[in-house]
Amino acid sequence: MPIQGNLRDFSTTQLLNLINLSGRTGVLRIFEGVPTGDKDANGNEKIQPGKERAQVLFRAGKLVYASSAGQLNDLIAVLNKGGKLSEAQAKVLRERAKGTGDKALAMRLIGANYVNRNDIVACVQQYVLEIVYSVMGWNREPFRFEENVNIDAADRILVPIDLQNVIIEGARRLEKLEEISKHIDNLDLCLRFPENPKEKYAGVHLSVEEWRVVQFVNPKNTIRQIAKANNMTENDIRRIVYGLEQAGLVEIVRPTTTKPPVAASSKRAQPQVVQRQVVNRLIDKLKSLS
Amino acid sequence: MQTVKMVITGPYSSGKTEFIRSISEIDVVSTEREVTTEAERREKGATTVAMDFGRITVDDDLVLYLFGTPGQRRFDFMWEILAEGMLGFIVMVDSSKPETFREAKSILETFRAYAPTPYVVAANKQDHPEAWSPDDLRIALRIDPEVKLLPCVARDRSSVRDVLLELLYAILEEMEE
Repeated sequence: MPIQGNLRDFSTTQLLNLINLSGRTGVLRIFEGVPTGDKDANGNEKIQPGKERAQVLFRAGKLVYASSAGQLNDLIAVLNKGGKLSEAQAKVLRERAKGTGDKALAMRLIGANYVNRNDIVACVQQYVLEIVYSVMGWNREPFRFEENVNIDAADRILVPIDLQNVIIEGARRLEKLEEISKHIDNLDLCLRFPENPKEKYAGVHLSVEEWRVVQFVNPKNTIRQIAKANNMTENDIRRIVYGLEQAGLVEIVRPTTTKPPVAASSKRAQPQVVQRQVVNRLIDKLKSLS
Repeated sequence: MQTVKMVITGPYSSGKTEFIRSISEIDVVSTEREVTTEAERREKGATTVAMDFGRITVDDDLVLYLFGTPGQRRFDFMWEILAEGMLGFIVMVDSSKPETFREAKSILETFRAYAPTPYVVAANKQDHPEAWSPDDLRIALRIDPEVKLLPCVARDRSSVRDVLLELLYAILEEMEE
């Protein structure tokens, strides 16, 4: 079943998180948004997919490749952008290596001592990440994620990259603080670690600022208190908490010492007291319905 | 005679009325009115402005009432009234409309705050070609693993029955705790 929607409703960060958590293999295609002139259920302009803008490949929940429409995505372009090939070298190589796939070309370049394996891996990683960080800033494009696609079919060099780090770095770069403020609109909520924190934190690289927040994670400490303890502004703490939360490293919860305001003030919405026998009778009745 | 009540909630056009209509033994007492905005009119000709009301009679002594909440947010003043005394609630989500997921999550949190009763999430319209799978919905809506998130087709009576049964099982489990 493909996953499709619009980045306005389900952001790239959320999509990466979903793919990471569910360990998916497949291709995410992001399209230009073409307004239909209609409105959706929320009163927003309905947008249908136009030309493909970017393609991002995943294997078992890891980012492995990305390409962007309207720019060269072959190995020569990647190495050129990574500073391993000059413009002149790239031009000559492109003419000589016409019809050669990326993998074969990589072998030839390594054999000719142009580059080594690590150079290629680093350049491909950097190239892919720049595209993904750019995509993370898009906010109205239609998308479609498809599984059952042979991601090895094309002759591409696939480099696995841990999505948690991508999400954190993407969030670091995310300039849309308004959106973050909207997501974390209440600084009087608290943070807690998810289940199996050891597993989730394994291999994750946190910045000093992120570590300063992480050390205070406790359902008794509000986000505001953590900011105060670390001498951080509201915007700083929002940005850091957003990144940690989107990467699944912390969860936002109500403080353990106070009850939810609505529940505390409402005397009317008390749960009905019923006996087990009543529930069993309801179950029997429903089971008898065809 | 004892009556018990369950609430069916969820965003606009998520299938609440259809859900109750599929299982109720009486014609659903629906308070649908023509929708007022152009966008909503394209989705659906009419919407529930107060509540839907369905009934399942168990025997002479016991009746289950199903209340559907109005989908449009401007009628949310009705929600707390409907939540009063509920045995549990079901959050309907239109699996084919990701633009409504955020609203579904917000409604879920609101109802959780009204009363600490058990609830389940119904991933409705699973027969739609663009429907997100229940597993993907769980991640998208950030539903805890212990909360039941069930595939559903609201116009299919047996599917509706299964969702109601799962809610009742959740209620039993909570009683045991």
